[in-house]
Amino acid sequence: MEILFILFAAIAVAGALNVILQRNPIYSAIGLIVTLCALAGLFLTLAAQFIAAIQIIVYAGAIMVLFVFVIMLLNIREEESKIDRQRYLKWLAAPLFVALLAEVYFVIRVVSYDPKPLPAQGAVPPGQILGTVESIGNAMFTTYLLPFEATSVLILMAIVGSMLLARRERTVSEVTIVTAEQIEAAQLEREDEAHETETVGAGH
Amino acid sequence: MSIDVGFLLEALIKIVVVFHIVLIILAYTVYAERRVLAVIQNRLGPNRVGPQGLLQPFADLLKFIFKEELVPLAANKWLYLLAPLVALVPAFMTMIVYPFGGTVNLPWVGEIDLVVTHFNVGLLYVFAMTSLGVYGIVIAGWASNSKYSLLGGLRSSAQMVSYELALSLSVIGALLQAGSLDLVEIVRAQGGFFGLGWHIFWFQPLGFFIFLISAIAETNRIPFDLPEAETELVAGFHTEYSAMKFALFFLGEYANMLTASVLATVLFLGGWQGPFVDQFPLLGPVYFLGKVFFFIFLYIWLRGTLPRFRYDQLMNFGWKFLLPAALFNIVLSAIVALFAL
Repeated sequence: MEILFILFAAIAVAGALNVILQRNPIYSAIGLIVTLCALAGLFLTLAAQFIAAIQIIVYAGAIMVLFVFVIMLLNIREEESKIDRQRYLKWLAAPLFVALLAEVYFVIRVVSYDPKPLPAQGAVPPGQILGTVESIGNAMFTTYLLPFEATSVLILMAIVGSMLLARRERTVSEVTIVTAEQIEAAQLEREDEAHETETVGAGH
Repeated sequence: MSIDVGFLLEALIKIVVVFHIVLIILAYTVYAERRVLAVIQNRLGPNRVGPQGLLQPFADLLKFIFKEELVPLAANKWLYLLAPLVALVPAFMTMIVYPFGGTVNLPWVGEIDLVVTHFNVGLLYVFAMTSLGVYGIVIAGWASNSKYSLLGGLRSSAQMVSYELALSLSVIGALLQAGSLDLVEIVRAQGGFFGLGWHIFWFQPLGFFIFLISAIAETNRIPFDLPEAETELVAGFHTEYSAMKFALFFLGEYANMLTASVLATVLFLGGWQGPFVDQFPLLGPVYFLGKVFFFIFLYIWLRGTLPRFRYDQLMNFGWKFLLPAALFNIVLSAIVALFAL
C-alpha cells in the first residue's frame, strides 16, 4: 500500500509542478488533469472508491474539459507577459507560502495528532462498509443533510449569477424590426439584379 | 495488507483473455459495418480476402502498419503523439467490468465468474473512464494545428459534455430499481420472470431510449457525428492523422461503441439473463453477446439510414429535450420504486 501511496503522491506532485512551471496553458491544464487523476488513485488507497470515481467524473472528466475547451477556443498559445505589471505580487508570495506551511504543520501536529482509529471491518454493521455509495449516501442525507442542501443552494446561486452575467442586455431599439414592405423591396431588388445578369449573359 | 497472488494471477489471465476477445469483436465489428452498409446501399462490400472477405480485418491492419507515419510540421509533436493513446487506453480500461456471464463450471478450470472483476462502483468507473476518453479527441484537435481538426475537437468536447449529463441521469432509474452500482448486481436484479425481468420491460422504457440516444451521441456516431462531419470538416479531429495512429483512433471509437452496447445490455436488457439461463449457465455469454451484437447492428443500421443533425439542433435536442426527459424519468422511477416495488 505504501508503494501505491508513494507512486500516486509522486505523480500528483509532478503534475502540480507542471501546472505552475509550464508557460503554455494547455500543458498546465494537462498537468492539472494528471494531478486530479493521481488524487483519485490516492482516494482509492484510502478505500474511498465512490469519492475516487466522482473525482475523475466531475473534476477530470467535466470541469477540466471546459478548461481545455476555453483554452482551445481562445487559442491562447503562450502565457502573456503580464507579470511585469503585477510586480508587487512577488512580495506576497513568500509570506503566503510560509502561512500555507504553517497551516499544514498545524493540521498535522495539532488537529490529527491523535486520529480517531477507523472501525475494523468486522465491527461495522453490514451495509455500512466505509467508502461505499450506500454509506456516503446515508451520511449525506441524514447527518450532513443541512450542509448538503446549503451547498446545492450555493451552486444554484452561482448558476443563476453566471446566467445573469452572460446574458446580453437586449433593448427594443437594438432589435431590428423588419417589415413586410422591406422584405418585398429586397426581393424585387434581387430579382432585378438576376434579370440584369441574364441579359448580360445573353448579349455575349 | 498483503496482496493475494492467486487473485492477481486469475485477474491477469482473465484480462488477457478478455482483451483478445474484445479485440477480435472490434476487428469484426469493422468488417460487419462494411458488409452491412454495403447490403443497405445495395453493393457487395469487401468480399475478396478469404472466404466472404472474412480475413479483411487482418489485411486492413497490415495496411495500416505499413503506411507512412506523418507528423505535420506545425503540429505540437508530443501532444500529437499522445492523443491517440489518450483516446484508446481509457476506452479499453472499461472492459474489466464487462459481465459476460454468471458463474460457470468449465472443464479443467472449475468454477469461475465470467467477469474480470466487479466492485461497488462499477458503473461509475465506466463513466469515469469514458469521460476521460474525450481528451484524446480534444488534444488531437488542438495539437494537429489545423482548423478542421480544431473545430472537430471543439464540437466534440461540447457535444460530449452536453450528452454526458443526459446519459448519466438516464441510468438512475435503472439503478434505483437494481439498488446497486455494481454491474454484476444490476444483472442479477433482472433475473425474475424466467430471466426476462429486464429493466426495459419493467418500468424503464423511457430511461432506455434516453440512454440509447445519449450513448450514440457520446460515441460520436451518426446521426451525431458532427465532430468528424466529412462534408464540413474533412474528417474533424483526425484529419491530420495517418497510418497506425489513425487506426488507434478508429479502434478507440469502436471500443467506445462496444462499451455503450455493453452498458445498454447490462442496464436495460438484463445482461446475461434470459430463459433457462439458471439451468444452463453457459447460455449466459450467448445471450449477453447476442444482445451486445444487436446494439452494434443498430449502430450500423442507423449509420446506413439517418442523415446528420445540424449543430444547433444537436444542442437544442440534448439540453431542451433529453435532459428534462431524463429528470422526468428519475421522478417517475422514484415514485415507482417507492410504491410498486
